Amino acid sequence: MSSVDYFQLLKLVAPEAVMALGALAVLAVDLLFMRCSSHHQRQTMGAFVAGLGCLGALLCLLQSGESASLFGGMLVVDPLTRMAKAALLILTVFTIILSIERTFSDHVGEYYALILLATIGMMFLVSSEELLMIFVSLELTSLSLYILTAFHKRSAQSAEAALKYFLFGGMAAAFTLFGISLVYGLSGATGLREIAVALEGKELDAPMALALVMTVTGFGFKIAVVPFHLWAPDAYQGAPTPTAALVASGSKVASFFVLAKVLMIGFSGFEGDAGWRHFVSGWAPILAVLALLSMFLGNLAAIAQSSVRRLLAYSAIAHSGYALLGILSNSERGFSSLMYYMVTYALTAIGAFGVVAIVEERKGGSRLSDFAGLGRESPLVGLSMMIFMLSLAGIPPLAGFFGKFYVFVAAVGSGSENSGLLWLVIVAIAMSAVSLYYYLQVLKQIFVADETSEPSVVREESFTNIAICGLAVLVVILGCAPNLLVAGFDAAVRTAGFK
Amino acid sequence: MLAWTIYISFAGALLLMLWPRRFAQSAKVVALVVALLGAGFALMGALKAGPGMTTICRVPWVPSLGIEYHLASDGISLTLVVLTGIASVVGILFSWNVERRAKEFFAFYMVLIGGVYGVFISFDVFLLFVFYEIAIIPKYFLIAIWGSTNKEYGAMKLALYSFVGSAMVLMGLVAAYVVAGGATTSLIDLAQFEFSKEFQYWAFPLVFVGFAILAGLWPFHTWAPTGHVAAPTAVSMLLAGVVMKLGAYGALRVAMTLFPLGLQAWQSEIGLLAVIGIVYGAMAALVQTDFKFVIGYSSVSHMGFVILGLATLNEIGLSGAVLQMFSHGIIAGLLFAVVGRMVYDRAHTRELGALQGLNLSARIPFAAVTFVVGGAASMGLPGFSGFVAELQVFIGAWRAFPSYAILAGVGLVIGVAYTLRALQKVFLTDRAPGAEGLAPALDPISTPEKLGALVLMAATLLIGLYPRLLLDWIVPSFQSPLFERLRKGAAW
Repeated sequence: MSSVDYFQLLKLVAPEAVMALGALAVLAVDLLFMRCSSHHQRQTMGAFVAGLGCLGALLCLLQSGESASLFGGMLVVDPLTRMAKAALLILTVFTIILSIERTFSDHVGEYYALILLATIGMMFLVSSEELLMIFVSLELTSLSLYILTAFHKRSAQSAEAALKYFLFGGMAAAFTLFGISLVYGLSGATGLREIAVALEGKELDAPMALALVMTVTGFGFKIAVVPFHLWAPDAYQGAPTPTAALVASGSKVASFFVLAKVLMIGFSGFEGDAGWRHFVSGWAPILAVLALLSMFLGNLAAIAQSSVRRLLAYSAIAHSGYALLGILSNSERGFSSLMYYMVTYALTAIGAFGVVAIVEERKGGSRLSDFAGLGRESPLVGLSMMIFMLSLAGIPPLAGFFGKFYVFVAAVGSGSENSGLLWLVIVAIAMSAVSLYYYLQVLKQIFVADETSEPSVVREESFTNIAICGLAVLVVILGCAPNLLVAGFDAAVRTAGFK
Repeated sequence: MLAWTIYISFAGALLLMLWPRRFAQSAKVVALVVALLGAGFALMGALKAGPGMTTICRVPWVPSLGIEYHLASDGISLTLVVLTGIASVVGILFSWNVERRAKEFFAFYMVLIGGVYGVFISFDVFLLFVFYEIAIIPKYFLIAIWGSTNKEYGAMKLALYSFVGSAMVLMGLVAAYVVAGGATTSLIDLAQFEFSKEFQYWAFPLVFVGFAILAGLWPFHTWAPTGHVAAPTAVSMLLAGVVMKLGAYGALRVAMTLFPLGLQAWQSEIGLLAVIGIVYGAMAALVQTDFKFVIGYSSVSHMGFVILGLATLNEIGLSGAVLQMFSHGIIAGLLFAVVGRMVYDRAHTRELGALQGLNLSARIPFAAVTFVVGGAASMGLPGFSGFVAELQVFIGAWRAFPSYAILAGVGLVIGVAYTLRALQKVFLTDRAPGAEGLAPALDPISTPEKLGALVLMAATLLIGLYPRLLLDWIVPSFQSPLFERLRKGAAW
């Protein structure tokens, strides 16, 4: 670690570099060549260039096979981070395709550039095992997402959503930073692995507990778990659809990934125990309580929603609760299950928001009743929405079912006697039975309800349709053949140096 | 061969979805061909496989979790696969008049059938669970879109009950999988793992009741009457005919083989619930005014015999339970066909009082004959399959718990009463004076209906007269390693 080999470094960050170049290229192309073109052409061009950037970055990822950890964990490149980045890039590509036919803004170049910047932030986030770097990339992601949320300038809701998201997010960042500073004070290090070494054998005293709580609080905002979830329903409702999709997918995948790493690697001595009547202080009981609250509140509040966007937001909160079980299991299998769960969830969420976008375009809103008759107007879109909703409800053979099964198995099987987290898993399964009710409400509108209003003018949105159908197919394939992802994640996690 | 029953059904569903809209009226023909092929595969596969355990296909699915795609059959599966084959074909014959969104109707229908076939030949608990859940969702849409009375309520209630049941099953299975070492989901391996007595004591009721909700176990049966009544005819036939069997089959195949000690601990409680179901269902059927509710509650009563047979824990009771699954599948199909298709679609009412004046026995004599045959079979008259099956359950129950057997006998007597009451009110009342002239002509019974009814009547007669056809499959199945721990514990 004495001298920096810049060429080597550039090779390692090639995907991020390509993405950054892509962001600049989008701005330049839109500014220089597309000023006089129609909105649709500009959108298509912007999406094309941005998509090219993502694909270029994907190619770089596939080509390199090196593993390295630079600057005390600031930049970690190994199979696991590579898989996470590939997943993020694919999610971003789908978000970009969804954006093409949206008309909420004239600032095409800036829009796509910001999407790419947010993705770069996420990519650095997953490839870092060092608290400062994590914080910086977290901020890059968040700031881009705040702006993207406010991008629908003519909509007051969009502005309100962005402001809420920003205020909550800013507060969360402060908490995270405070936690990080405490950790640094206690351990004298910022690299996760060094922190673990420095804190080994230490008691969980008051400052350490404070540091833990602060850090978890900060990340709790990002992944929207109860009681840090208040921004989510408003942000999901007000944000432009592609932004909401990105917030619900990529941002969440990256945040869960890094939260798991911080807790499982950095705070590996302080997990405590969340087993039934075996509570031992540490981060596990904190997460268990958060998971419990999220599953309850998310699922119960979703039942009462009449807006599909808010329904998706509360369902997202519930899903964060389930996913926390993966971290709670604190094992390699747990991490692998978390990754499978979040990636498939993210694909489903993007798809669902794509359908919401189509409905809003036609009916002007996304209330439940606006979905009436969708199944007959566009059978393929209706069918895709059925796949997304059933996958979220955890019906096999869709990806959501295997994700849940895998996370549950990992959580029950995690170490401690008394079947570990069985109590939490039982709650999770019971709550997922509740969730079927509100997902079926959406499907009931689509397939069963008679159309209330006049049949609307159907504007064919070929790009959006392609993205939605592609996502639906992916959800089915990953559900029928989960091993496509699981084998990869398993192998990658084994090399990543968890205990 | 048997595996193709699953693939052909799902392929058929896909084909029906893609079927061009302008040919929607021919969707039923496509569905019939697919169902016939499926039934053909089922029958031929069953004849070839024989009663022993035969593996059809076994490949790793998720190796790191030990999940396999393992299809296999034994005599119990074969019995139920054949039942599914018959029921699926007949169901389509009885939905020949579905005109509204026919394509979708038959697509959902075939998905349901594919899931049902899958459950019956899965020998991996994960796979079995997957197929089990696949069968839940189409039911919701079939009832909510094409149903009648209170259809959205009935559909949602059915879906939620099923899903809560499967959630209970999932809890038990996840726990069992982890306790057994987390390396395999193979049914055979798990059935041979010695779970501790304490674990079985709480895991068994969870899984058993979870499955048995779908089999109409009292007091979790309330989805059944409302669901049956709300459903379109073919779906009522399938619900009572095969879907309720899914629950009973899961209880036998998974809950009882995995947790035999749990079963012994809870044996008399489950027997008691079953007997209450028999008597309660019969008494409820006796006072219904809606013709379809009569049959709906009679299903609860007859499924009580299946559960009672399972709880006896002796060979004759268990094989009686499986035979009763088959028999009730056929008979319930027949009765629902009369009520839903032959009578309701023509008279547009199911109120017993209103039907009384319509003089149906003269106007649609075929329906009357069919109901007499179905009713006789349902009452357990010798010569029909119901008699053989319920007799076996009785003998088994007599050995295990005599007092319950007596109570079940009371249920049987009430069964005769409600069947005769329905028969008398609907078909045998003297014509009301002057009604003849007022009533519009009823469509004659169509050929598909006749065909379907004849197939079902033939099946119940055949098994009633020569039950060994199925018993030769069923009885040896209990000798397989799958039931080893159950046999040892019960010492039969």
